[in-house]
Amino acid sequence: MDSIMENNLDIKDRMAAFVPQVQWSEAGEGMFTVPAEDFRKVASFLKDEAGFDFLRSLTGVDWGDEGLGCVYHLENTSTGENVVLRTLDPDRDNATLPSVHDIWKAADLNEREAYDFLGIRFIGHPDLRRLYLRDDWKGYPLRKDYDPSWNGIPVENEETNDDAPTYEVTKDGSFILKRRPLFEDDEYVINIGPQHPATHGVLRFRVSLEGEIIRKLDVHCGYIHRGIEKMCESMTYPQTLGLTDRLDYLGAMQNRHALCMCIEKAMGLEVSDRIQYIRTIMDELQRIDSHLLFASCLAQDMGALEVFFLGFRDREKVLDILEQTTGGRLIQTYNRIGGVQADIHPDFVRKTKEFIAYMRPKLNEYHEIFTGNVIACTRLVGTGVLSREDAISFGATGGTGRASGWACDVRKRHPYGVYDKVDFKEITFTEGDCFARYMVRMKEIEESMNIIEQLIDNIPEGEYQMKVRPLVKLPEGSWYSAVEGSRGEFGVYLESRGDKSPYRLKFRSTGLPLVSCIDTITRGAKIADLIAIGGTLDYVVPDIDR
Amino acid sequence: MFDFGVVTNWIHTQLTSVMPEGLAVFLECVAIGVCLLLLYVIIAIIMIYMERKVCAAFQCRLGPQRVGPWGSVQVFCDVFKMLTKEIIIIRHADKFLYNLAPFIVILASVMAFAYIPINRGMEILDFNVGILFFMAASSIGVVGILLAGWSSNNKFSLIGAMRSGAQMISYELSIGLSILTIVVLTDTMQFSEIVMRQADGWFIFKGHIPALIAFIIYLIAGNAEVNRGPFDLPEAESELTAGYHTEYSGMHFGLFYVAEFVNLFIVSSIAATVFLGGWMPLHIPGLDGFNAVMDAIPGFIWFFAKALFVVWLLMWIKWTFPRLRIDQILTLEWKYLVPIGLLNLLLMVIVVVFGLHF
Repeated sequence: MDSIMENNLDIKDRMAAFVPQVQWSEAGEGMFTVPAEDFRKVASFLKDEAGFDFLRSLTGVDWGDEGLGCVYHLENTSTGENVVLRTLDPDRDNATLPSVHDIWKAADLNEREAYDFLGIRFIGHPDLRRLYLRDDWKGYPLRKDYDPSWNGIPVENEETNDDAPTYEVTKDGSFILKRRPLFEDDEYVINIGPQHPATHGVLRFRVSLEGEIIRKLDVHCGYIHRGIEKMCESMTYPQTLGLTDRLDYLGAMQNRHALCMCIEKAMGLEVSDRIQYIRTIMDELQRIDSHLLFASCLAQDMGALEVFFLGFRDREKVLDILEQTTGGRLIQTYNRIGGVQADIHPDFVRKTKEFIAYMRPKLNEYHEIFTGNVIACTRLVGTGVLSREDAISFGATGGTGRASGWACDVRKRHPYGVYDKVDFKEITFTEGDCFARYMVRMKEIEESMNIIEQLIDNIPEGEYQMKVRPLVKLPEGSWYSAVEGSRGEFGVYLESRGDKSPYRLKFRSTGLPLVSCIDTITRGAKIADLIAIGGTLDYVVPDIDR
Repeated sequence: MFDFGVVTNWIHTQLTSVMPEGLAVFLECVAIGVCLLLLYVIIAIIMIYMERKVCAAFQCRLGPQRVGPWGSVQVFCDVFKMLTKEIIIIRHADKFLYNLAPFIVILASVMAFAYIPINRGMEILDFNVGILFFMAASSIGVVGILLAGWSSNNKFSLIGAMRSGAQMISYELSIGLSILTIVVLTDTMQFSEIVMRQADGWFIFKGHIPALIAFIIYLIAGNAEVNRGPFDLPEAESELTAGYHTEYSGMHFGLFYVAEFVNLFIVSSIAATVFLGGWMPLHIPGLDGFNAVMDAIPGFIWFFAKALFVVWLLMWIKWTFPRLRIDQILTLEWKYLVPIGLLNLLLMVIVVVFGLHF
């Protein structure tokens, strides 16, 4: 297991030379602590001069008496360097931090999330509404001193608040709250969601229309927020595994793989080759499953119901294979700390090979019916273009980023499992439109089958579960590990205080960056384009809401 | 060919022998009206059943299976369920227009349905400008859809209604042009007459190139006219939930639903009548034996076979193609179909003037 900053060349020296107050702490994978007043300076230096253009993850943490703050995981997309920063405000009652939404667009929704859960006010953030919880929610749940009894079960409807609050600094150093309306009175605003056939779950868009043309779009999340990160803080490490499958249910294997990897890294546990092979194959099967569902749902959203059923017909076969070994079809609960729950089924190898032999010719059916269809082409080509810069800035990883020409595959950037031993192409397109996003995923199905083919005959003998004590205790420190989920980088940030349960466990949502860029790429498009864009971005709502 | 006029004339003579002519005509009108409505419902049920089975076949499914043999009673159950459901009127709707809208849609549909010549002597409305009147009657439906969308006080409904207004009025043009092409060929607008002229060959063969182009334009425009297939934007379920009929429940929704399916049948049967010879059997000049066998098949079977074949074509398209976008729909109509339709009309005039048709 490699440390996250392994390929970090000289950033420590450069940081120290630039801002002397920066402190380096070694615990876990290590991170820099930047004082809040210098944070914007450091952030712009890292972005503009050191080239750290990708904000991988932004995690709000309550460090008790130390204060409230955030951890920023940054990556330089051209050199692959990584750096972890944290900044905090010791004043727990009026915690304020500078906003970096203009440096990394990904910070926009992530800062709203940190405000929502920890009450950190980000100075200069243009729209600091709560992201997940209701506006009338009392307290900030991820604070350690939060008491659940402050909030009963709400029985009244939530009023939609159209004022976007902004905190601005005045000359004397204090800050004032300004409110700015999101939509004007004469705008024609329609609700798409939370109950809508094309939002793939309970996500809500408020769309300002001019005729059929979208002028502005506002995302409302949180309709199925379950507080998984908070729940994890009171669970033992093996118990936390049970919740990851409920995030992105089409990436159950990969999510759990990421959490297991993170815990194993913290434990210093190396798993056997057999486990690595099995996990990799399972991840790829899950990816095929997810991408097939993607193609089906996109086709269904666009009105071509035949392809929807083709996708389900073939996905069934993947699910059958997974079910035989794991016992689950959607919720797999297969990976475990230091291994997997059960050895692969005796038929697994044969059935997987049969499936690949079956699937390769079947893929042509999709291309004949849908990809080559003139209506599908005219609707997808050129709509919803996401530029490479925006994709990186928003942190839109996965097929969406790769369609924009950003080689963001975690399997290549930070190889895990046995991805460094297999030969596979990272599919990238440069167009960044809906069609590129669709084609990336269709081609990735083929690549996933290539990966499985290379591995399936060579699964080494060995144990499928390392010896791990039932009560896992991790040393103090913080770790981050990421896998390439079905729809982007799924990361786990784990902070431990030496306990049997995590101090803070954050899941980097794959869907939140995708949803945050919808406003940018739908402006000027039509309602029908919003459906195609939403379909090709391929977000999954439980993963956004967590 | 069996002439159904024999039956109707016999009934008329029988009735006039026992009562004054005025009363007899009145009774006949009532009886025909009842038959028409019954036929309308039966066609609707057949169409819904067919849609379920056909789309299931295209989607690797089986369709309804459980109720009755091959699920054939399923639709009856659904109709019954629909009848028993509450008709909900939402609070801020314009109540009068909201209740009126489904009836305008169904009225237009029934009126258009009455023009269809099912068999020789089985035309209900048949006069010398039949096509013109048919076009006028079927266009009323768009008013109902616009009213439904507007009076529902729902933004999705309104967008759906505006879309259908733009779409249906545009595509009316292409339907008119393609039928006009055949009118040029036949020099009549009477449906029964149009069918009779196809005794020695259907117009799609007689009019060769221009007729074929007109047939294809008619299929595209007709599909758009009934808001189906790739042209189902007014109710695009993944965009507007259900478009103009989002707020309707119970039998009010049922009327929209039934009208949509019967409209599909009407469009197909007009295609069958105008291009494929209606109830006229397939005749190949010179092959008398073959023609005699074809004549033995009753006309209404010919008619239904042709109409349902066109329905099947349109269903195939609907369940395979993705939906178009509103600007693409209007581009298709105004930049492609209308100019092609006009040129095609000109071509047909040339063909007719120089006698190039068969």
